[in-house]
Amino acid sequence: MKQYETIIGLEVHVELATKTKIFCGCSTRFGAAPNTQTCPVCAGFPGALPVLNRKVLEFALAAGLALNCQVNRYSRFDRKNYFYPDNPQNYQISQLYLPICHDGEVEIETAAGRKVIHIHEIHMEEDAGKLIHDEWGDCSLVDFNRSGVPLIEIVSEPDMRSADEVVAYLEALRDTLQYLKVSDCKLQEGSMRADVNLSVREAGSETFGVRTEMKNLNSFKAIVHAVEGERERQIELLEEGKKVTQETRRWDENKESSHPMRSKEDAKDYRYFPDPDLPPVTVSEELLAEIRSRQPMLRGEWERWMREVWGLTEYEASVLTSSVYMAELFGETAKLSGNGRRTASWLMGETMRRMREEEVEPRDLKFSPEHLAALIRAEDEGRLTPHSAKKVFAAMFQEDVDPEQYMEEQGLAVVRDEKVLEEAVDRVLARCAKSVEEYMGGKEKVFSFLVGQVMRETRGQADAESVRRTLLDKLKK
Amino acid sequence: MKIWEMTAVSIGERIRQGEFTSEEAVRSFLDRTEGEEERIHAFVHLDGEAAIRRAREADRGIREGRYAGPLAGVPVALKDNICTRGIPTTCCSKILADFVPPYSATVAELLERAGAVILGKTNMDEFAMGSTTETSCFGPTKNPWDVSRAPGGSSGGSCAAVAAGEAPAALGSDTGGSIRQPASWCGVTGIKPTYGRVSRYGLIAYGSSLDQIGPIGRDVSDCAALLEILAVHDPRDATSAAGKNGFPGGPIGGGKPEEALRGAAGLRVGIPEAYIGEGTDLAVRRGILQAGEALLQAGALVETFSLGLEDYVIPAYYTIASAEASSNLARFDGVKYGRRAEKAPEDGLHEMYKKSRTEGFGPEVRRRILLGTFALSSGYYDAYYLKALKVRTLVQKAFDRAFEKYDVLLAPAAPTTASRLGESLSDPLKMYLGDIDTVAANLAGIPGLSMPWCLDEAGLPVGIQIMGNRFREDLVFRAAFACEALRGSWAEVWKREGGECS
Repeated sequence: MKQYETIIGLEVHVELATKTKIFCGCSTRFGAAPNTQTCPVCAGFPGALPVLNRKVLEFALAAGLALNCQVNRYSRFDRKNYFYPDNPQNYQISQLYLPICHDGEVEIETAAGRKVIHIHEIHMEEDAGKLIHDEWGDCSLVDFNRSGVPLIEIVSEPDMRSADEVVAYLEALRDTLQYLKVSDCKLQEGSMRADVNLSVREAGSETFGVRTEMKNLNSFKAIVHAVEGERERQIELLEEGKKVTQETRRWDENKESSHPMRSKEDAKDYRYFPDPDLPPVTVSEELLAEIRSRQPMLRGEWERWMREVWGLTEYEASVLTSSVYMAELFGETAKLSGNGRRTASWLMGETMRRMREEEVEPRDLKFSPEHLAALIRAEDEGRLTPHSAKKVFAAMFQEDVDPEQYMEEQGLAVVRDEKVLEEAVDRVLARCAKSVEEYMGGKEKVFSFLVGQVMRETRGQADAESVRRTLLDKLKK
Repeated sequence: MKIWEMTAVSIGERIRQGEFTSEEAVRSFLDRTEGEEERIHAFVHLDGEAAIRRAREADRGIREGRYAGPLAGVPVALKDNICTRGIPTTCCSKILADFVPPYSATVAELLERAGAVILGKTNMDEFAMGSTTETSCFGPTKNPWDVSRAPGGSSGGSCAAVAAGEAPAALGSDTGGSIRQPASWCGVTGIKPTYGRVSRYGLIAYGSSLDQIGPIGRDVSDCAALLEILAVHDPRDATSAAGKNGFPGGPIGGGKPEEALRGAAGLRVGIPEAYIGEGTDLAVRRGILQAGEALLQAGALVETFSLGLEDYVIPAYYTIASAEASSNLARFDGVKYGRRAEKAPEDGLHEMYKKSRTEGFGPEVRRRILLGTFALSSGYYDAYYLKALKVRTLVQKAFDRAFEKYDVLLAPAAPTTASRLGESLSDPLKMYLGDIDTVAANLAGIPGLSMPWCLDEAGLPVGIQIMGNRFREDLVFRAAFACEALRGSWAEVWKREGGECS
């Protein structure tokens, strides 16, 4: 069999995390009752007019700058005309002729090494509503809550050659956009959607083969399967002497196969033209400078900072930067407590364990960096035993209690009172006379048992070192 | 003098002075309308009870001091493409029959905030596509000067209502002349403001880059008073202009006629010669030349000049307007509101679209949707739509050059006086060509005011149009007030010339 090369380009739709829609003031909150977040504008009523949400422009610019794009200082919205009931105006407001950003690049890293993927353009557009087909009644219903939710579409050049590279590219996009906080980029929930354009050609060939576009890819797994499946399907066709048809295909992850949706012949004529309701978007030098000055650290910079300033390992840095909210929590807490190591171990240990158990997302964590830092300081100062610290943390995780106040209320501070400690030791010595005898008889192992008994007596709040000292003193007498 | 014979500003004045109430004013117009409507058919939605309720509300507001403006309590009719909460708004199209908007256009809100009373909705060409008000699904409006003639269009209902004394003032919309041409044919005053001067929010779009709402009244003062209320920046319309530069704002009516006359002194007036050339009725040409002569006598500098590009404005206008319309009217699909066709068991989604739109749109609207769809199609976009946009830029430049030399331009608002009913329906191209005097202002986005000047031999009104540079309504009004003073009372003019209105 001949050697084939796979050529892949991606069109990635990303839902922007603005509070309101792109052309009206309706909320973008997910999960509301159907058609409760609509108005004449996003429901396509006669006479209603779109007005660009400034935040959408700012988010698109932030994404473009972070992806090393050129910015079109004069950009425009165009209407894409097609009839479908989820599209209330029967045209989608998008950007064709003069998109907001173009010619960017992202560096990715795979087992095969580092590589640059070029970005053709980024444009702003509105999302459509959602159609619900009633299987029992003879009708379809439409929910316009999603209609007008802002999207950016990031179009790559056909620079990828494998499923690994596709995944690395998508992860790089996701990390960047999440750190910018312009989107939460969840494939499963549809806030990030990728269409894969793929063709194959004989190794060494200079010209591209005929490509197909794959839709309905809702997870990284589905994307990997679809890339591999489509590559094989096309190679098989070519090996049999057949031709690949230029068409749009729909991936079925359950069957791990695709079927054609529409071919080039019945491709629609969208009759794009500049939207007369929206004046051209001009990006001033001041606005660009403002966006630049607000650009936050991205994941790579956070990782480096964690390693270089706080001495974390590469692994730790990578775990703590898996979410921008976790990275920020680490950064704040480490700065406040001055103890990066202990901060890392709280976040990677107890925090992540509880998050897994209770299915909490990093951005929904309740405790503040101030309180976590206070907890860490109390530990550092020996005012909390590890056991008590966990108790305090459990309460913080539930409802962000102030650790100092909580320790006070619950009496969890380390027992330093010599008298209390001595009494506890006396009680243990009296109760465990047999063990004392054994210790005296030279069985030194029994000592740690006695320490444990004293700790239990003090409900784990005694400082272990003090217990040991007091116990030794008493045993000597 | 009966209330229905008065101008809007004087009705407002008398209501404020307590001479009569808003309710009495509304009743006077409703009574007049009851007598006239059978002949004229200016209104398509008129709920007298509701109008009286709104008038009482206005009277209460005036008593409580909430409404103190010049048009508080004054009834105003609205063209049926301006959304009014709770009042049907149908664009005189079957596809929107029974549509009652859940919200009001910005202009309707502004009128209500000023204490004006919305009387009812007036007839128009379907979706404002037409020049005679004959493409309305409710049937034509008749010209009050001669009911065998058309009132012009598409704001024919608004202009006829004012001419017949059924409303003291009205709002229309103008995409290619739809305020100025019917104002000219009906012997009333109307202004299409600068594009962006008045909010389009709630105006059901025809050609979005050309559409502009404007006032229609008995005289220039009424138009100025209404425009004063409407010219407000609207954050809901991204094409709405900020600020009020170039707007008169000063004493309404320009004070006394002598003062208005003084406005003519030193005014630089250009008459684009092609506008009074071939294809223009003799009476219309004579009207323009007389008005020019009068201005000259009053101290204005008046000359003819060549504006240029006259051959290209109609094709460019119809290409751009139709292209935008083909997209703007896509939302009328039977899914969300308006008319949905009966469904056969085998019908799918696309059959539903096709049947609803075929049944819902009249032939002129269908023609323009087809024309616009074609002009935007892949392979034709550059040859038609882009080329039309280039012509538009050239037209704007031609006006820019003209306004370096002139403060205002004087021209007809239509090459003929009112045509007979039925004539244009049989020859759409002839109707399109009749827009020659008005479309350039829409392409350039400049303001144009149309006011009656004299009568032709048949006793039909002849109008004159005054155009100004973008956001220079101040100069347009200065010229219009001067012309009004030079002409004298319109009622006296037409009575003297043996005319008869309604």
